[in-house]
Amino acid sequence: MDEIAPEYDVVVLGTGLTECILSGVLSVKGAKVLHMDRNDHYGGEAASVNLETLFRQYNKTTVYGPGNEPWKKYGRANDWNIDLVPKLLMSNGELTNILVSTDVTRYIEFKQVAGSYVQQSNGAKATVAKVPSDAGEALRSPLMGLFEKRRARNFLTWVASFDEANPSTHNGMFRATHISYDTRTPGMNLSQSTMKQVYDKFGLEATTRDFIGHSMALYTTDDYIDSRGQAKDCVERIRLYVNSMARYGKSPYIYPLYGLGELPQGFARLSAIYGGTYMLNTTIDEVTYDDATGKVTGISATMKERGEEGEGMKFRTKCAKILADPSYFPGKVQVVGQILKAICILNHPIDRTDNADSLQLIIPQSQVGRKHDIYIAMVSSAHNVCPKGYYIAIVSTIAETGANHHLELQPGIERLGRIEEKFMGAPIPIYAPLGSGAEDNVFLSKSYDASSHFETMTDDVRDIYRRAEGKELVVEGLKEGQGLVAEE
Amino acid sequence: MAARMQQGGRPGGARFAQFKLVLLGESAVGKSSLVLRFVKDQFDDYRESTIGAAFLTQTIALDDQTTVKFEIWDTAGQERYKSLAPMYYRNANCAVVVYDITQASSLDKAKSWVKELQRQANENIIIALAGNKADLVAEQPDKRAVQTADAEAYARESNLLFFETSAKTAENVKELFTAIAKKLPIEQASQRGMRGPAGRPGGVDLGNRQEAGSAGGGPGGCNC
Ligand SMILES: Cc1cc2nc3c(=O)[nH]c(=O)nc-3n(C[C@H](O)[C@H](O)[C@H](O)COP(=O)(O)OP(=O)(O)OC[C@H]3O[C@@H](n4cnc5c(N)ncnc54)[C@H](O)[C@@H]3O)c2cc1C
Ligand SMILES: Nc1nc2c(ncn2[C@@H]2O[C@H](COP(=O)(O)OP(=O)(O)OP(=O)(O)O)[C@@H](O)[C@H]2O)c(=O)[nH]1
Ligand SMILES: [Mg+2]
Repeated sequence: MDEIAPEYDVVVLGTGLTECILSGVLSVKGAKVLHMDRNDHYGGEAASVNLETLFRQYNKTTVYGPGNEPWKKYGRANDWNIDLVPKLLMSNGELTNILVSTDVTRYIEFKQVAGSYVQQSNGAKATVAKVPSDAGEALRSPLMGLFEKRRARNFLTWVASFDEANPSTHNGMFRATHISYDTRTPGMNLSQSTMKQVYDKFGLEATTRDFIGHSMALYTTDDYIDSRGQAKDCVERIRLYVNSMARYGKSPYIYPLYGLGELPQGFARLSAIYGGTYMLNTTIDEVTYDDATGKVTGISATMKERGEEGEGMKFRTKCAKILADPSYFPGKVQVVGQILKAICILNHPIDRTDNADSLQLIIPQSQVGRKHDIYIAMVSSAHNVCPKGYYIAIVSTIAETGANHHLELQPGIERLGRIEEKFMGAPIPIYAPLGSGAEDNVFLSKSYDASSHFETMTDDVRDIYRRAEGKELVVEGLKEGQGLVAEE
Repeated sequence: MAARMQQGGRPGGARFAQFKLVLLGESAVGKSSLVLRFVKDQFDDYRESTIGAAFLTQTIALDDQTTVKFEIWDTAGQERYKSLAPMYYRNANCAVVVYDITQASSLDKAKSWVKELQRQANENIIIALAGNKADLVAEQPDKRAVQTADAEAYARESNLLFFETSAKTAENVKELFTAIAKKLPIEQASQRGMRGPAGRPGGVDLGNRQEAGSAGGGPGGCNC
C-alpha cells in the first residue's frame, strides 16, 4: 500500500454532503486534501442504505440470520437506496448551482419530484391539496374561497415582481407593481418589516398565511411572522419556491436517481479527480495541536477494514486545517435540537395525491396543534430507490416533547395509509459547533437540520469556507479545466 | 442495463449505442495511460497518478453501420485505499481490469477486482483483463513476472477477454477496446431508441440554470 503523504493542506473528516462539497471545491482550487471516514461507505449521516442495512441499523439487538431475514420479502436488498436524511433539492436552489458549476451533474441524473402538497385541517376532516405555485394556480386552488383567491393572486404577483435591486418595489411596497391595490401604502422597507405587516396589507386570511409561510416559504414554525426584518427573507424564500417550481413544472423539487447518497459520492469523485486522497474505514486516533498557538498540527489514524486481521495500517500526517462533521469532535459541539423521523415502506401511493410517484406533503403545525410542521417526503421506484411497486415515505418533525415521540409523528403517519414496514428510532440530535474554528483551525459543520431542502446546508458550506479560507466561496467557473493548474 | 442509446442519424439501420466502461487495477499499472492512449493516442512517461482525467469518451466505428461510444470512468485514485464509491460501478456495462506484466502481485489484485465485479456488478457485464507494459518485456524478457499462458488460462476460466497491451507503444490498445465493443449488446441497446436529454424519460437537464422572470409557467426546461 502506498505511503500517505507527510503533509496535507486540509484533512477532511466525514464524507457527508457538506464535507464532500468542501473537499471537492478545495481540491479543484488546488489544495492537497486527505479525506477520511470511519465508516465503510460514503455519506455519513446523509448516506442512502440498502434495506438489509436499514433493518440492522434500527434493530441493533435483533439477531438476523437464516429464517429471520425480513428484507428478503422485498426483492433484492441492493435494489433499495433508502435515504437516512429526508431532503429534496430545490431546482433553482444553491445546491443545484454548485452541482452545475462543478460539473458534478455528469455523474448524477436527476428527476422531478411529482408534486408538492399541503394538508388543511386534521383528523377525519383533513384535506390535502396541491400547493399553488403561481398567481394563476392560486385562482384555481381549493385551498381558498373566491375573494381570498384574488388576494392571494395579488400577493403572489407582487412577490414575483419584487426586485431587491429596485427600492421602488419595496419602499413603496406596492407602488411598482401593476396592481392598483393600495397606492397609499406607507413607505415600507421589507428589511425592516414583519411578514405580518405584509400579510395584513394584502388582507390574507390565517389559512392562506399558513400555506404561504409553511408550504412555500418553508418555515417550520410561525416565529417568522412577527420577527422584524424577516419579511425580506420570507419574500426571497417564496421566490425561490416559485422560481424552482417554474423551472420544470410539477414541483419545485428534483431528486437524484439512486438516492441522495449519490450527492456526497459525486463531490468525493470531483475531489479525487483533482488529487484528493480518499480513505474509508479509517478511525482517527489522535489530533495534535501546537502547544503555543493551540492550532492543529496533524493527526494519527488507522485504516482497517471490518473483519480485517491485525492492527490495520497506522499512519500520521501533518495538516494545517481540519474540516469535520460534528461526530468527529463531540467535545466541540452542542445539541441544538432533536429530529424525529420515521422511515416507512409502502406498496401504494399516498391517498389524495393524484397517485404521485414522489412528493412532499407538509402538515403545517397550526393544523395539528403543534409548534413545528410535520413533513412527508416520498420517493419511489421512479427514482431507482426501490423495486417497482414500492414507495419510501419519511415522516419527520422537530421533537417538542420529552417522551412519546411516536405520537408527535402520528398525524403524518396517518396520511400514509397501510404501511409495510416502519423504522423509527430515538430522537436524532442536531449538533452545531461551539466555536468558529479560528482558535484551533478545526472547522466543524452542522448536522442536517429539519428543513426539507438543502439551502441551509449550502449556507453552512459557505460559512465553513469563509471561516476556514478567510474568503467567500465562488463556485462559478470551477468546471474541469478552469481555475486548475495543469497536472504537475 | 442503463446504457444510453440513441438511434443513429444515418438512414438504413445504422446503429449507435453508448456504454459505460470502468477501469480497475492496482495503482500505477497504467489504467490512465491506457485511456490516454485510446482516447488521445498519447503517452506520457512521467505521468503522475491520475489528476483531472475524469470522464472521457471515445467513439469507435465497428463497421460503417455500427458506432459504439464508450463513456470511460477512471478510478481517480479512489481505489488506492479501497475507497471506490458505488457510484463508480453503478450501471457499468463493461470493465477493463489492468495488471502490470512485470509485477506478479498486480495480477492477484486484478483477480480480486474481477471477483468483486462478478459479485457486485450487473450480471451481464463484459470484463476484459489487460496485462499492460508489454513494451518492457519486449526489451528485456527477464522483466516478465506473469506468463502470458497463465493469465490467458485464468481469463478463459473466468470468461474474460484477454490482451497483453502497451500504453507506451499502443500495442493491442485499440484491439482491446474493439473486442469489448464487439461483445456489447448493441442490437438490444440501439433498439430501445431515443431517450430524453437527461438519458431517461422524466429526467431533467440541469444545464442552463435560469431565474424565471415571473411567477407563472416558466420558460421551457420541462421535458416530461
Ligand atoms: C457527537 C457524535 C459523535 C459520534 N461519535 C462516533 C464515534 O466515535 N464512532 C462512530 O462510529 N460513530 C460515531 N457517531 C456516529 C453515530 O454514532 C452514528 O449515527 C451511529 O450510526 C448511531 O448509531 P447508534 O449505535 O448510536 O444507534 P442509534 O442512535 O440507536 O441509531 C441507530 C440508527 O437509527 C437512526 N435513528 C436514531 N434515532 C432515530 C429516529 N428518531 N428516527 C429515525 N432514525 C433514527 C440513526 O440515524 C441510526 O442510523 C457519532 C455521532 C455524533 C453525533
Ligand atoms: N513502459 C510502460 N510504462 C507504462 C505503460 N503504461 C503506463 N506506464 C507508466 O506507468 C506509470 C503509471 O501509469 P498510470 O497510467 O498513471 O497508472 P494508473 O493505473 O492510472 O495509476 P493510478 O492513477 O495511480 O491508479 C506511469 O509512469 C506511466 O508512464 C506501458 O504500457 N509501458
Ligand atoms: Mg490513474
